[in-house]
Amino acid sequence: MYPIVRREKLADKIYLMDVKAPRVAQYCEPGQFVIVKIDEEGERIPLTICDYDREEGTITIVFQTVGASTERMVSLQEGDAFEDFVGPLGCPSDLIHEDIEELKKKKILFVAGGVGTAPVYPQVKWLHEHGVDCDVIMGSRNKDLLILEDEMKKVATNLYVTTDDGSYGFKGTGTAQLQELWDNGNRYDHCVAIGPMIMMKFVCKLTKELGIPTVVSMNPIMVDGTGMCGACRLVVGDEVKFACVDGPEFDGHLVDFDQAMRRQAQYKTEEGRAMLKLQEGATHHGGCGNCNS
Amino acid sequence: MDVLTRVPVREQEPAVRAANFEEVCLGYNEEEAMAEAARCLNCKNAQCMKGCPVSINIPGFIAEVKEGNFEAAYHVISESSALPAVCGRVCPQETQCEGKCIRGIKGEPVAIGKLERFVADWAREHGIKPKKAEKLNGHKVAVIGSGPAGLTCAGDLAKLGYDVTIFEALHQAGGVLVYGIPEFRLPKQKVVAAEVENVKALGVKIETNVVIGKSVTIDELMDNEGFEAVFIGSGAGLPRFMGIPGEQAMGVFSANEFLTRNNLMKAFLDNYDTPIKAGKKVIVVGGGNVAMDAARTARRLGAEVHIVYRRGEEELPARKEEVHHAKEEGIIFDLLQNPTELLVDENGCVKGAKVIKMELGEPDASGRRSPVEIPGSEYEIEADTVIMSLGTSPNPLISSTTKGLDINRRKCIIAEEETGATSKEGVYAGGDAVTGAATVILAMGAGKAAAKGIHEYLSNK
Ligand SMILES: Cc1cc2nc3c(=O)[nH]c(=O)nc-3n(C[C@H](O)[C@H](O)[C@H](O)COP(=O)(O)OP(=O)(O)OC[C@H]3O[C@@H](n4cnc5c(N)ncnc54)[C@H](O)[C@@H]3O)c2cc1C
Ligand SMILES: Cc1cc2nc3c(=O)[nH]c(=O)nc-3n(C[C@H](O)[C@H](O)[C@H](O)COP(=O)(O)OP(=O)(O)OC[C@H]3O[C@@H](n4cnc5c(N)ncnc54)[C@H](O)[C@@H]3O)c2cc1C
Ligand code: SF4
Ligand code: SF4
Ligand code: FES
Repeated sequence: MYPIVRREKLADKIYLMDVKAPRVAQYCEPGQFVIVKIDEEGERIPLTICDYDREEGTITIVFQTVGASTERMVSLQEGDAFEDFVGPLGCPSDLIHEDIEELKKKKILFVAGGVGTAPVYPQVKWLHEHGVDCDVIMGSRNKDLLILEDEMKKVATNLYVTTDDGSYGFKGTGTAQLQELWDNGNRYDHCVAIGPMIMMKFVCKLTKELGIPTVVSMNPIMVDGTGMCGACRLVVGDEVKFACVDGPEFDGHLVDFDQAMRRQAQYKTEEGRAMLKLQEGATHHGGCGNCNS
Repeated sequence: MDVLTRVPVREQEPAVRAANFEEVCLGYNEEEAMAEAARCLNCKNAQCMKGCPVSINIPGFIAEVKEGNFEAAYHVISESSALPAVCGRVCPQETQCEGKCIRGIKGEPVAIGKLERFVADWAREHGIKPKKAEKLNGHKVAVIGSGPAGLTCAGDLAKLGYDVTIFEALHQAGGVLVYGIPEFRLPKQKVVAAEVENVKALGVKIETNVVIGKSVTIDELMDNEGFEAVFIGSGAGLPRFMGIPGEQAMGVFSANEFLTRNNLMKAFLDNYDTPIKAGKKVIVVGGGNVAMDAARTARRLGAEVHIVYRRGEEELPARKEEVHHAKEEGIIFDLLQNPTELLVDENGCVKGAKVIKMELGEPDASGRRSPVEIPGSEYEIEADTVIMSLGTSPNPLISSTTKGLDINRRKCIIAEEETGATSKEGVYAGGDAVTGAATVILAMGAGKAAAKGIHEYLSNK
């Protein structure tokens, strides 16, 4: 069993948990993920490692409730435990393998969308701790959904906050913010975009035009996370890749996002899609990538 | 009673079982088992044993069954096999033990598999366990993977007094026995979990949720955690796809995904969260045991199922019993055909396949006649689900993270057959990870050989 030692609500539908998993905490690195399972009947749910403490043997996860399983995770309290917690899975971010001195010469930009802010944070923090500067754009639908703003402020060189409805910071998407920065003369050599697939798709479209190499972190449906089932396969360039072992990070300019978004909706029913629209009403803009509208 | 024919084994009616996940074969009861055992000639030079990869003393255990000494029979089998309830159910007996049985020359061979299954089930129901080692010898060995190879190797080493830990990537022990082979062929709780408990009863520790090569590497296990030897029984889990257009569409699955959702994650039960979709009309591409299992699972989920296989009936690599059961359950065999493209609708869902007819040409390297396309014979079939069952290969996770571990062109770990020794000192391997996808009993045989190899290595160190 893997006990939950801290649980916090970060925003509407977004929760943070520290989970005791010494084996995972021992060797994990930024960019990797875990798979959790609540109990015997539960699904295997992949979640990015947002932070880790090797001494305490804990892993921080941040998740958003989108369906039955993540909804069920919310009922877990401090002191409760996950029955299964496996990791670290996937490959660490390429950034951490690069030469620090080389990195220091680069202008790096992170674009985080929604709950994607959580996995961006440890990478920015890691760079900050190694003396590397980077700018961060973090966006959400509205002010109430913003997470980790204070934490990010401490580690980012420049932080740009955007909300779709303009309730806080820049009004518009992260992509629009990037365009504005570019128009104002900011230049970047490297971009990392993490968030809903639809957001990564549009960031990549823009960075391709601007000629900024871009890495994205893909989150397709997974089962085992070890390369055994093929559920997580994606088309990258002309090749079929398994996100769980070859990724989750890929060259965003090579990913077939339309294909990936369709595959992600595989188990989504017509009714489910209708329900989301009903719940979210006019604010439902399809930005989560979970439906085709 | 005619000595040339077998005592028939009771099975669920095809029409009933095609709609449930209960075990198809009900097995022998005591009288039936004793009657069938009486057909054995107790041959001096028992040919059947030569066909068994772990050389079970077949006439020995059958003689005990004949007398009604079922516990004694169990101990005879246990000398050679750690998983008799499994092997009795899933071994391809017709090409192994039963294929060599003298009785089979004139009549039907003795039902060795069904008898073995009976003995193992009887022992479990009567609470008989294999015997534990008297005392530990203080040496730590790590076993990677809890499939038949790993369980056997771990069990044998524990009997010799080793302190053994199995590391398993998934959340449940058993390998293909839990995630691949379906409930209706191999009950998970009753049989597999019980056999795993038997291995634990020998003192073996099982740590689930540890992916070797990711959570920790073999070098770290040996350098930091005090393991003096390692056995790799990580199987051949990586699924193959055809590389034809449309394969990334929704509704196209690898057999591994389809079976894992259903078997390991129990998607067929309402109270489990993992979803599965079988649709109304399913195409399963392939002709092995895995294809049969996927097809029969889809059938039980309510679909019309077609098996599309590029060779003929004779060449189907699946066990005869499985093909026979599949047909009885209404699976349709479209033989000598091969998909060339999957057809996709405007929403990105698969809607069918373009299929080309084949004929058999010259025998290939494996001795099987290779299929050749018949030009111009393409046609389309409808389907809302396609399950690719084209075989699997070993996962490179371990070989790519272990210094000095040699693999061959097919990504299989290179290991000596008699000892399981690999190119890296103290590291042994066996089962599907070495041979590529094979059988339960061969994996067990390799686990046994490696246990001996490791024992010799550590005794002389
Ligand atoms: C490598 C990886 C890392 C991830 N990291 C995080 C993270 O740090 N925080 C977080 O909140 N989520 C993360 N996700 C997504 C998370 O796993 C899913 O949101 C979750 O599995 C949905 O389960 P559910 O039963 O609640 O929803 P479901 O009822 O299964 O689905 C609800 C909706 O979510 C979509 N969905 C289903 N499975 C996934 C999936 N694996 N990924 C994305 N969307 C999915 C479906 O299309 C559906 O529209 C990650 C996914 C992957 C593969
Ligand atoms: C659907 C299906 C039906 C079959 N039917 C039959 C049949 O009827 N008769 C028959 O004889 N054979 C059958 N087979 C084949 C048989 O199951 C295999 O040959 C046998 O299970 C191989 O055993 P193994 O121990 O080598 O590997 P596996 O059973 O594959 O076990 C390997 C284990 O290692 C774990 N693992 C892998 N990588 C790692 C890692 N990095 N770290 C930790 N753990 C890891 C895996 O999760 C798995 O649990 C079938 C196979 C399938 C898929
Ligand atoms: S283990 Fe398999 S091959 Fe050996 S006797 Fe039993 S059924 Fe036959
Ligand atoms: S070959 Fe057949 S008859 Fe002879 S000992 Fe073996 S099972 Fe019995
Ligand atoms: S999740 Fe199964 S292969 Fe990636």
